[in-house]
Amino acid sequence: MSSIVLLTVIMLSLLGLASAVILYFVAQKFKVVEDPRIDLVTEVLPGANCAGCGYTGCRALAEMLVKSESFEGLNCPVGGGETMIKVADILGRKALAVEPKVAVLRCNGTPENCTRTSFYDGATNCRVAHALYGGNTGCQYGCLGCGDCVIACKFDAMYMDPLTQLPVIIDEKCVSCGACVKACPRNLIELRKRNKKDRKIYVSCMNKDKGGPARKACKVACIGCGKCVKICPYEAITMADNLAFIDSFKCKLCRKCVSECPTAAILEFNFPVKEEKPAEPAITEAV
Amino acid sequence: MFKTFPKGGIHPPENKLTADKPIVVLPLPAQVTVPVSQHIGAPATTVVEKGAAVKTGQVIAQAKGFVSANIHSPVSGKVNKIEPVTDTTGYKQMSVVIDVEGDEWVDTIDRSSILVKEITMTREQIIERCQQCGLVGLGGATFPTHIKLTVPAGKKCDLIIINGVECEPYLTADHRLMLEKGAEVLAGTTIIMKALGVEKAIIGIEANKPDAINHLTALSKDFEGVTVQPLKVKYPQGGEKQLIKSCTGREVPSGGLPLDVGVVVQNVGTAFAVYEAVQKNKPLIERVVTVTGKSVSNPGNFLVRIGTPVSSLIEAAGGMPEDTGKVVNGGPMMGKALAMTDVPVTKGTSGIILFPADEARRSEVLPCIRCGKCSTVCAMGLEPYLLAAASEKAMWEKAEKEKITDCMECGACAYTCPAKRPLLDYIRLGKTTVMRMARERITK
Amino acid sequence: MNNILNVSPSPHQQSPETTRKLMYGVVIALLPALAASIYYFGIGAIIVTLTSVLSCVAVEYLIQKFILKVKPSISDGSAVVTGLLLAFNVPSNLPVHIIVIGAIIAIGVAKMTFGGLGNNPFNPALVGRVFLLISFPVQMTSWPVPTGFKTGYADAVTGATPLGLLSEGVKNGDAVSAIMEKIPSHMQLFYGQMGGSMGEVAALALIIGGIYLLWKKIITWHIPVTVLFTVALFTGILWLVDPTKFADPLFHLLTGGLMLGAIYMATDYVTSPMTHKGMIIYGIGIGVITVLIRTWGAYPEGVSFAILIMNAFVPLLNMYIKPRRFGREVKHG
Repeated sequence: MSSIVLLTVIMLSLLGLASAVILYFVAQKFKVVEDPRIDLVTEVLPGANCAGCGYTGCRALAEMLVKSESFEGLNCPVGGGETMIKVADILGRKALAVEPKVAVLRCNGTPENCTRTSFYDGATNCRVAHALYGGNTGCQYGCLGCGDCVIACKFDAMYMDPLTQLPVIIDEKCVSCGACVKACPRNLIELRKRNKKDRKIYVSCMNKDKGGPARKACKVACIGCGKCVKICPYEAITMADNLAFIDSFKCKLCRKCVSECPTAAILEFNFPVKEEKPAEPAITEAV
Repeated sequence: MFKTFPKGGIHPPENKLTADKPIVVLPLPAQVTVPVSQHIGAPATTVVEKGAAVKTGQVIAQAKGFVSANIHSPVSGKVNKIEPVTDTTGYKQMSVVIDVEGDEWVDTIDRSSILVKEITMTREQIIERCQQCGLVGLGGATFPTHIKLTVPAGKKCDLIIINGVECEPYLTADHRLMLEKGAEVLAGTTIIMKALGVEKAIIGIEANKPDAINHLTALSKDFEGVTVQPLKVKYPQGGEKQLIKSCTGREVPSGGLPLDVGVVVQNVGTAFAVYEAVQKNKPLIERVVTVTGKSVSNPGNFLVRIGTPVSSLIEAAGGMPEDTGKVVNGGPMMGKALAMTDVPVTKGTSGIILFPADEARRSEVLPCIRCGKCSTVCAMGLEPYLLAAASEKAMWEKAEKEKITDCMECGACAYTCPAKRPLLDYIRLGKTTVMRMARERITK
Repeated sequence: MNNILNVSPSPHQQSPETTRKLMYGVVIALLPALAASIYYFGIGAIIVTLTSVLSCVAVEYLIQKFILKVKPSISDGSAVVTGLLLAFNVPSNLPVHIIVIGAIIAIGVAKMTFGGLGNNPFNPALVGRVFLLISFPVQMTSWPVPTGFKTGYADAVTGATPLGLLSEGVKNGDAVSAIMEKIPSHMQLFYGQMGGSMGEVAALALIIGGIYLLWKKIITWHIPVTVLFTVALFTGILWLVDPTKFADPLFHLLTGGLMLGAIYMATDYVTSPMTHKGMIIYGIGIGVITVLIRTWGAYPEGVSFAILIMNAFVPLLNMYIKPRRFGREVKHG
């Protein structure tokens, strides 16, 4: 009995030894010489492989970071400033300051605001609907509601609201990777500067038609009147193609434009409630 | 004997409700909207201004470059405005809106209906006249005719095929044109033959139009080199690649053009327009449009000026039926659904179909049961289930490898699918993406 | 006009054929065989069929509603077809609890785990049948002798099937002609006067159903004809070489689950190739493997295994056998 046990132990040990030796030589022969810092950098990156940085995965970004001299054009939007500082420490460089951003949908064409003029029952895909026609409302620039952006988001930061028929972005989860921006065939989603308490002010419209047709199609369209441009004390608002644009990096969140806008196209989020001024158009307060 | 193409094809119900309705001239509307892009290629540039008085047949927009077409005023009156207006593309396009006053024609146009058979122009003159008159393919593709009639260096043409197939259900505009203007169609055919320097032309007509086959066969005795080929009824017999295969056995290579096998295909409507342009100096300002539908009270084939609102056509056909659920510009297989009817008729409008509500909604989409029927009916030998799945999952390289660009978007696959999957929606998406990626690769 | 119009990309017409119509077309095609099996096996046939169909539908419904939490799709008829085919593959005296287990495996394991309709690589009814064969070998190989309604359910008298007799006899070394005397005549085999599983006995009824399927364009000729032809050819060659060791091809065509398998099981859309060329190779493979198992394998019948083995090759066939693309070969007139 014990001789069988002894024999088994010896056999297995020899087998193990042989395997170890073979594996050692194979590992040596096929060794890939690599900068060990690539592994270190990859470790501190989030590991989501979302391609928000523009490279195919976290390891690809790590390789670029180690190879290049500076951090120019290289940023992990998901990990943000914290992660880039860690990377900078590993590589012995200074991290560039990058402003955190958040995705924002520049359309408020709910069924209440923007009357539905036809019924779309093709494939539920924004690009398909976009290629077909202007959409099921009078506004050919607005959200088609098929959810390509929601599907593109890998961080569960978006969902489709069945009542408004618009996608909703969850600020806490958004890492501004830009996938939704690329997915939208109408460029309705914009990455804007993330402010304290997730406060936002933006023109919730991308309609480039003249005021008359724009307003006819949607109650809260930007009619290109220019009142917001005039009232802004910081020159943060510009007008082009009958459409206003608020530069989120110049905007100081004073909210003057919100009350000026005659169609309530400019939306504000996460501010304390303002007192209503009498005989002024009602301010659309979004929650 | 009745020829056909060997692979694929379907037999949707023909519904040629208006086959016996003679062409009726539609009265002029009060206002026309003429888009400056009614063709493949660059949109034309306007040469008139707001307030200008225009005559019927006058140039109002000039072609921009070679791959473009002139736009002529289809009416006489005053230009009301020039601005983007929603048209049949579903988007706003730059258009010239003209208030109609009377019907004064440019005096260089011959309005008589005497048949002129003798061709006095040279090849180059014919092509130039076609270009001046803004002719585009009237089969629906709207490819500028003068380009098609110009054989590029290195290619040869030995045969013309005139497409009188009209394989789409419901549409009968080409059918009526062949019956009522048969001689002019054949005359136009001979003009095209001269322009391309060929001696042989075949007119392909589907077997469900026996009167047209007989009529044109009888007429063709007076037109040398022109023969009529009856074809078996099968969709998409009218697709040019299938038409060439059926009539001649030649197969256009993948990614190639009919000229690669020595053939040029033109629609009967285009042949008629070529006749009018060359022999009567008449630009393309009107065309025959079928207005039809099971609930339509007065369906028919109307000769209508370009720019007439579709709603006027529907009024002439007895008004929009109460139960209308869908309005389609074109045929039921390849036409485009309209979101509203105050869009204008353009050079590419061959028909307006009004579907009742119970035929207007798509059925619920079910999982693919891998029956393979879509592949069996595909006339291009493709596998729609694979192409649609690859496009849906954004697997563009796979789609390209499986020849998604060969798809002619005929819709036979989506028609056949028992699970009612939106195959063509995704294939079209895949096609446009793959073609864009291919262009970007070249420019890089 | 105030109509809100429908807008969708082309085409704007859809053929009247639906998944449900195709599935119920298969059910209708199986009715002659069902009638034959009730005629031969009596009450047992009714119990087994009913149990199988109801279990398959119930398993699919329960899994979809409570585990996957999606809208149940039992109305598309695919579970009914699986239930019928599973019933036709088992003896008419199979105990109810075994049938239910078969349904759970067929629908639950072979279909739903892969993602439901359209996603399963293996024929669910056959997976169910083979599982039962291996797990309950005794009950799955006790074939009631057909005596019409006198054939009871639990108390049916059982006997060997023609293929069983052939296989036994050859192993014992008997000459084939001697074995054939114990087996019903070819004509009787054609009508179904033999022991076997419920649906496989009546070749005539199965062929009638097959013609119905071809007429309604639910199946094409490629798979059934290729399978049967390959079996006939292979067994024909063997029989010509040595008629004392190998039975004649007509015998092979009429016995066992070959007719049922060739017309109804191998032609299942989901698990068969997409192209006609692929279908022919698939059919040949099934035919060859069936004959190999019948002649030299341990089991007297091989169709179920042959189909399952070829199911595994279908993705490969789909990947490498493509339809001829229009314009691939340039032809000039």
